[in-house]
Amino acid sequence: MSSTAKKKGFGATIWDYLTTVDHKKIAILYLLAGTLFFVIGGIEAMLIRIQLAKPDNDFVSAGLFNEIITMHGTTMIFLAAMPLLFAFMNAVVPLQIGARDVAFPFLNSLGFWLFFWGGIFLNLSWFLGGAPDAGWTSYASLSLASAGHGIDFYAVGLQIAGAGTLISGINFIVTIVNMRAPGMTFMRMPLMTWTTFIASALILFAFPPLTIGLFFLIFDRMFGSNFFDHTMGGNTIIWEHLFWIFGHPEVYILVLPAFGIYSEIIPVFARKRLFGYSSMVFATILIGFLGFMVWAHHMFTVGLGATANAIFAIATMAIAVPTGMKVFNWLCTMWGGSIKVTTPMLYALGFIPSFVAGGVTGVMQAAAPVDYQLHDSYFIVAHFHYVIVGGIVLALLAATHFYWPIMFNRMLNETLGKITFVFFFIGFHLTFFIQHFLGLMGMPRRVFTYLPNQGLDTFNLISTVGAFFMAIGVILLVINVIITSIKGQPCGRDPWGDGRTLEWAIPQPIPFYNFKQTPLVRGLDTFWIEKMEGNKEGMSYAEPISDIHMPNNSFIPFVMVIGLFVAGFGALYNQDADKPWSLVALIVGLAITLGAMIVRSLKDDLGYHIHKEDLLNDKGGNE
Amino acid sequence: MSHDVHVEARSEEEYKYNRRKASQAMRNQVTVFAIMIFLTFVAFATVQAGFSAFLVVPLILLFAGVQVALQLYYFMHLSEKGTGIMQFFMYSGMIVAFTMILAFVTIIWW
Repeated sequence: MSSTAKKKGFGATIWDYLTTVDHKKIAILYLLAGTLFFVIGGIEAMLIRIQLAKPDNDFVSAGLFNEIITMHGTTMIFLAAMPLLFAFMNAVVPLQIGARDVAFPFLNSLGFWLFFWGGIFLNLSWFLGGAPDAGWTSYASLSLASAGHGIDFYAVGLQIAGAGTLISGINFIVTIVNMRAPGMTFMRMPLMTWTTFIASALILFAFPPLTIGLFFLIFDRMFGSNFFDHTMGGNTIIWEHLFWIFGHPEVYILVLPAFGIYSEIIPVFARKRLFGYSSMVFATILIGFLGFMVWAHHMFTVGLGATANAIFAIATMAIAVPTGMKVFNWLCTMWGGSIKVTTPMLYALGFIPSFVAGGVTGVMQAAAPVDYQLHDSYFIVAHFHYVIVGGIVLALLAATHFYWPIMFNRMLNETLGKITFVFFFIGFHLTFFIQHFLGLMGMPRRVFTYLPNQGLDTFNLISTVGAFFMAIGVILLVINVIITSIKGQPCGRDPWGDGRTLEWAIPQPIPFYNFKQTPLVRGLDTFWIEKMEGNKEGMSYAEPISDIHMPNNSFIPFVMVIGLFVAGFGALYNQDADKPWSLVALIVGLAITLGAMIVRSLKDDLGYHIHKEDLLNDKGGNE
Repeated sequence: MSHDVHVEARSEEEYKYNRRKASQAMRNQVTVFAIMIFLTFVAFATVQAGFSAFLVVPLILLFAGVQVALQLYYFMHLSEKGTGIMQFFMYSGMIVAFTMILAFVTIIWW
């Protein structure tokens, strides 16, 4: 993507990306793969809305509908929203803290390939006998009873992808703790870095319960154990707890980086420093903590008893406090600022009311008696889409426009961006606002059709029309990306003109070693401070120019993951009597992974140095 | 990240200070080691003496907790400066795990 890099053949480029350990290239990989799965999940969403557009519709069958809703939810959460956030975290966080790469570049690459092949594994279920059909929550009694291999694909695919997420999360924690530039104290870290840090901590604590739950499910379905089968002494509720102990923090894993993105965008375009920085940090940490104390609010109707329900209801309502602090801080940041309404800012402006609406319905459901009425109705669907689309997807679209210059040295077309926003924003509210009322009128979620003349017909049609508006918005964004990559001009450093943090201070195209000299951070909003003092270079330096140590590219992560991918098929088909090859696949797959790990352990890979002389010449170390 | 060699000259005072710190740390470790052996001995002794299980079990669990704390703070150097992040993550993890266990024993297997 860098314009100074010499032209390489197509094959060489592919090989470069297969073996890369550079956080900027891995960010691009995450962006591409996340977009692929976002489109797949989006197509599934369109199929759902077409099926529900009119009563008694037979566009898809009931069984296929279950598979589509399951895959829509699973794909959007695990394979679209998370990787797209990881794309921006990878692209921006090391630059924001003045690091040359993440702490473990090899693991960064491994994390990406685990997510990617896990996602491919999950989606191959469509072609291999049917997708999972027990909902994205895959409650155990239902999922154990599901025929075919759908649920097996779910369990194994998410296990592989989840390992990748856990690895990436740990990587970011270590990076942010250890790799900050001199002067970058914790309380000078930009909010994007803070939220990435807290979200990574949540990943660290939340993914192990999911891993355990998925292993129980894998053993129950494929290897004859009975963790969830109550007729054999198991307990089906354990799955629900394990899933939601993971599942609720997962919501915050997604939304905290989104908050971080808004907290970067709003000060830049309000041209004021972030209001209440330390309260923002405090609120982020508090949301992270409380996120672990509320999982049972997804299970009010399970019958935990009034005391348990009351405790979890109160804890849930408490989360509204730090979230409210954040909303007011964003509003106060804009208050009195000289606001420039660019595309990213437009998304940020649209986000605040949309997310507040989602939050308010969340507090409504936190009241357990009300939840008994709302549970499993379209009101719930409306609520979490307001949070996820209104909070996270708007953040992803905003970040796409905002950080495109950092990632590709090009600006996306602003006019087209604003048109995209209008279509997407109107479509989003059209689709989901009316679903609140569908829920209140009694339409249950996860139904594949409904009878006519129950008062549901018009509202469902309006909702479907809204979904098409959103689809138009996404298509416009894709067109924007294509136009920009063909005709776009290099935009240079700080293209928005008001960048505040370190990532905007780096000359474009960003050299592969990021910083020729490690910067010295002299306060919050480093770049802004340097600009205000008339520093044309945008940075003060903490060290003289000297040799830079860089990691070598490696193909080993890819091989490791291919081994797990093969082993996954082995485990999955192990229960079929007519597939004796499955055991071979399981053993060979694990052997490949283990072999790759042994090679990695025994073969010294010490990286290389970029020499001072090469850094000082015109090409700045670029070969 | 710079590879230029730095030479730090230490003054006589610094040298003495470091020596004093090191001997202090050594004394602490030996003391704590003695306490830990004593606690282990008491634990074995209560079992051997044939006390009621209602006394022995909580006592051993208590001693185990104390030993973990001593291990972390004196032998794994958690009492020193610059361990704030580690402590933050450890205690967060403990709180989360404790909440989970509490929930499991109270509302699943009550």
